[in-house]
Amino acid sequence: MLKTQVYTSDGQSPFFDEMLRPDGTPRPAYAEILKWLGGQSRASFKAKQEEADAIFRRLGITFAVYGAAEANERVIPFDLIPRIISAAEWRFLERGIEQRVRALNAFLYDIYHRQEIVRAGRIPSAMVNENAAFLPEMMGFDPPGNVYAHIIGVDLVRTGENGFFVLEDNLRTPSGVSYMLENREAMMHLFPELFAAHRVAPVERYPELLRQTLESMAPRECDGEPTIAVLTPGVFNSAYFEHAFLADQMGVELVQGSDLIIEDGALYMRTTRGKERLHVLYRRLDDAFLDPLNFRPDSLLGVPGLFDLYRAGKVTIVNAPGTGIADDKAVYAYVPEIVSFYTGEKPILDNVQTFRCSIDDERGHVLDKLDELVVKEVHGSGGYGMLIGPHATKKELSDFAEKIRANPANYIAQPTLSLSTCPAFCPEGVAPRHVDLRPFVLVGDRVRVTPGGLTRVAMKKGSLVVNSSQGGGTKDTWVLED
Amino acid sequence: MRIAITHISEYRYDGPAGSAVQALRLTPAPVKGQRLVSWTIDAPGIDSACSYTDGFGNLVHLVSPPADSTVVRIAASGVVETTDTGGVSGLTEEAVVAGAFLRTSPMTEADEAIAAMAEAARRDDRLATLHVLMDAVSEQVVYEPGSTHAQTTAAAAFEAKRGVCQDHAHVFIAACRFLRIPARYVTGYLLLEDGAEAPAHHAWAEAYVDDLGWVGFDAANALCPTDRYVRLGAGLDAASAAPIRGIRRMNGEESLTVDVDVQAMAQSQSQSQSGGSQSQQ
Amino acid sequence: MLGRTASNLFWMARYIERAENVARLTEVGHRLSLTPDVGSGYREDWYSTLAAAGCPDQFGSGRMPPTAAAVQKYLLFDRTNPSSVSACLEAARHNGRSVRTALTREVWEALNSTWIEFSNFQPDDFGPGKLSELLDWVRQRSILFRGAVQGTLLRNEGYHFIETGTFVERSDNTARILDVKYNVLLPTTGTAGDERGMHQWETILRSASAHRSYRHVYKARYRPANVLDFLILRPEMPRSLRFCQDRIEWSMAALAAATGGGAASQSLARETGLILRQSKIDSICRVGLHEYLTEYLSRTAAFADALAGDFHFN
Repeated sequence: MLKTQVYTSDGQSPFFDEMLRPDGTPRPAYAEILKWLGGQSRASFKAKQEEADAIFRRLGITFAVYGAAEANERVIPFDLIPRIISAAEWRFLERGIEQRVRALNAFLYDIYHRQEIVRAGRIPSAMVNENAAFLPEMMGFDPPGNVYAHIIGVDLVRTGENGFFVLEDNLRTPSGVSYMLENREAMMHLFPELFAAHRVAPVERYPELLRQTLESMAPRECDGEPTIAVLTPGVFNSAYFEHAFLADQMGVELVQGSDLIIEDGALYMRTTRGKERLHVLYRRLDDAFLDPLNFRPDSLLGVPGLFDLYRAGKVTIVNAPGTGIADDKAVYAYVPEIVSFYTGEKPILDNVQTFRCSIDDERGHVLDKLDELVVKEVHGSGGYGMLIGPHATKKELSDFAEKIRANPANYIAQPTLSLSTCPAFCPEGVAPRHVDLRPFVLVGDRVRVTPGGLTRVAMKKGSLVVNSSQGGGTKDTWVLED
Repeated sequence: MRIAITHISEYRYDGPAGSAVQALRLTPAPVKGQRLVSWTIDAPGIDSACSYTDGFGNLVHLVSPPADSTVVRIAASGVVETTDTGGVSGLTEEAVVAGAFLRTSPMTEADEAIAAMAEAARRDDRLATLHVLMDAVSEQVVYEPGSTHAQTTAAAAFEAKRGVCQDHAHVFIAACRFLRIPARYVTGYLLLEDGAEAPAHHAWAEAYVDDLGWVGFDAANALCPTDRYVRLGAGLDAASAAPIRGIRRMNGEESLTVDVDVQAMAQSQSQSQSGGSQSQQ
Repeated sequence: MLGRTASNLFWMARYIERAENVARLTEVGHRLSLTPDVGSGYREDWYSTLAAAGCPDQFGSGRMPPTAAAVQKYLLFDRTNPSSVSACLEAARHNGRSVRTALTREVWEALNSTWIEFSNFQPDDFGPGKLSELLDWVRQRSILFRGAVQGTLLRNEGYHFIETGTFVERSDNTARILDVKYNVLLPTTGTAGDERGMHQWETILRSASAHRSYRHVYKARYRPANVLDFLILRPEMPRSLRFCQDRIEWSMAALAAATGGGAASQSLARETGLILRQSKIDSICRVGLHEYLTEYLSRTAAFADALAGDFHFN
């Protein structure tokens, strides 16, 4: 018996807890889980944890750590206690996400055509046209279905009962969906009794829906059944497992650039039977590496001329090249504007408050409150070039202030977020840990949000960093049906 | 004026070419002041090429020559009818909005020296600024074939004070973008005056002026394009507008010879005498 | 199936088989080094081990002293030796990882856990007392891999590329073992009661794990002609050239039926098979064992090249 001693609410925590109210009673969605936790012993949990780790290792669900030897491929820690979202909460999130991804696709269509939003003065021209993530080569092209971002991961954080915020939109090559699927498999294997006691919305149709989405994006000239492949940078990519997993689950080939050739104005893969025409490429490769003829000439990973074929309507690239402009950190601050411009509605999901250092007033505020804010480089990723105000020294603060003054357009700032907590199985027992949520969205002939998504959890006590490279783990994420 | 053009590029490889693709931007664009009378491209694989109009308004053909080719000959030829528009190519059909031509590229980055020249050229009127700038580039960068190569940046050419038409265009474009004037690189052909010593395959720049649209500036010759100019393609810089861009998987030596012939056609009478002009084509 | 996938499967199987063969050769070399009265001592025997394993000889050039420990380390753990057990297991796993979706979980686990466990071994932990244990382990893991392939894989294209890789590598290895020792296998050098010769023949049979089964088949003392017959022509001996060739032919027929391709490689495999089926040991010895094996090895190499071409390996 471990739960009640460790996992209680003292009503003092400044963080929203997913399971317990401040008075210590469970939220309705967690009522059964709390009972179940009370019935588990530390030893039985530990045994299940070991079983889960063995499952993941055996499946080869590992991620490569850059710079480490191959032996150091790691299994991302999996936490046994599910994160639960009630039916009502999910309906709200689903509506908000759908609104947002529709608006972002409309934005992409617009900026690669007439740029009405720029003409209307709602976003500065330079923010779009001079942005490194904007591809002028995409101008004037109508992708199939006018969809640019087909596969999207929306990073959400929760700070209160109704306080869901979008931290980031991932419209390039979001990863993590394989963990969502495997986490569910593992949980059903380990704790079938929990599924009997809950109505959990299934996630396992994702690969089939992904395949349907890709098929629906076939080039107009393809009249039969389109041939699909997943394009991977190769085994050394940190998400290689996921690339192989998705190809396998969809029943399509996993190809590398060197497997593909262009002949007579079409794309082929080299098979044991000769060459086979490809119609849709789900690429897990960044724009810059896709095509050395059109983009980075030193890329050995892509296919020369692929982009030309795409523009000529001979093959569909998913997600479309140039979608990165819509998840650029500088553009992020304009997303509420983007949502209302294209939908005529008020955004359902809010952004995290963001200060743009390019704007005088906002920069002034940032420089005043630097020790309270998180400052990010607009084109940076993975935490590089970031300042976490509350953890910075005086010298770091003043150095960073200089950098902001020298190149204000390169920075945005956000308040440090009070991520919600969720019970997790830790060495000291069941204890609250901070979590975020990445639901996965497919955009084809309609928008489909897979119920749940990937919950990432900071396994270190007090830590707000959920990234797997920093010791973060994952949880199965349940959406309860009414 | 009717201008007949033949543009032949011949690649020779020391062994089979192997798997290769070439993107051809070899069709004159339908801009103000020029009309295609006839135009054909002959290249290995052209019959099965895919084609599209790119973001910059260029008609692109993607060809893949047979892997066992040792010689690839690409010939573009035809007749273009031109009128003198004072360099204005106008608001053309291409999709890219002018604002995108404020983007810099590695070849068109303005360094301090180019920025200083640009500042000195600044006038209240944009068109006046552009003319001053064109003259400044023309005076400060001497035409000297062989002094630069295909990858030379604007800053390097400006520092060396010498270059060819590509470098003049790059320096001009870098200065324009520094002054927040959208500018782009164009390729094309020039009908030379009798006895002039210059390649007929040419490049210059276009800058965006409100109400006029795109206006050409040939800093190499210090003039705005006339009816002796035929405009081929446009892009952010020489790399992006290149008439032929190719990659092949096989390593090995290759050589390229380019032969461009541009001739004026006698036309004043032939227009009223049907058949007369055809016999000349 | 992608041409690259076929290539990865073929090489995955070859590398696992090679790891097993190198382990077996190391084992035999190790036994010899513990056996007194074997000619000029261990230098000569390690030389043949390295030659049979197809390793670059780092020792003949004097770059390394040819002590048993150094040679064993080189054969087992040296990453600079492309035929070391370590390099083979890594290459096999790398090939498998590239085609993870073409493998069953069992096959992948056999590869993956083998490599993970092997890379945790410390070379210095395997002195003479522990070496056999390690070599046994390597052979067991290879057998586990084969078992997973046989027991869980669909009999589709991929399976036949794996089979072809396995038997190309195995026959290549058997032919090389015989070729390295061909001088002692010539019937003229083998007179009855030649203790030293007996020892060499047993060594050869051991290198192919055939010393026990030999007795069942021939019920007689070791005779060079029987040893050759057993390892070259016997269709029931699973490491003989004939057996391997039969399996290759069978897989090639299946690949041709499945893909409609493989004409060049299939006809090479048939030719080689025909030669083996028509060969007699006395005629092989008349023509010259070395010449016969050299031709076989070059045919195998030509076959592997034709296979890569026929099925678009790259």
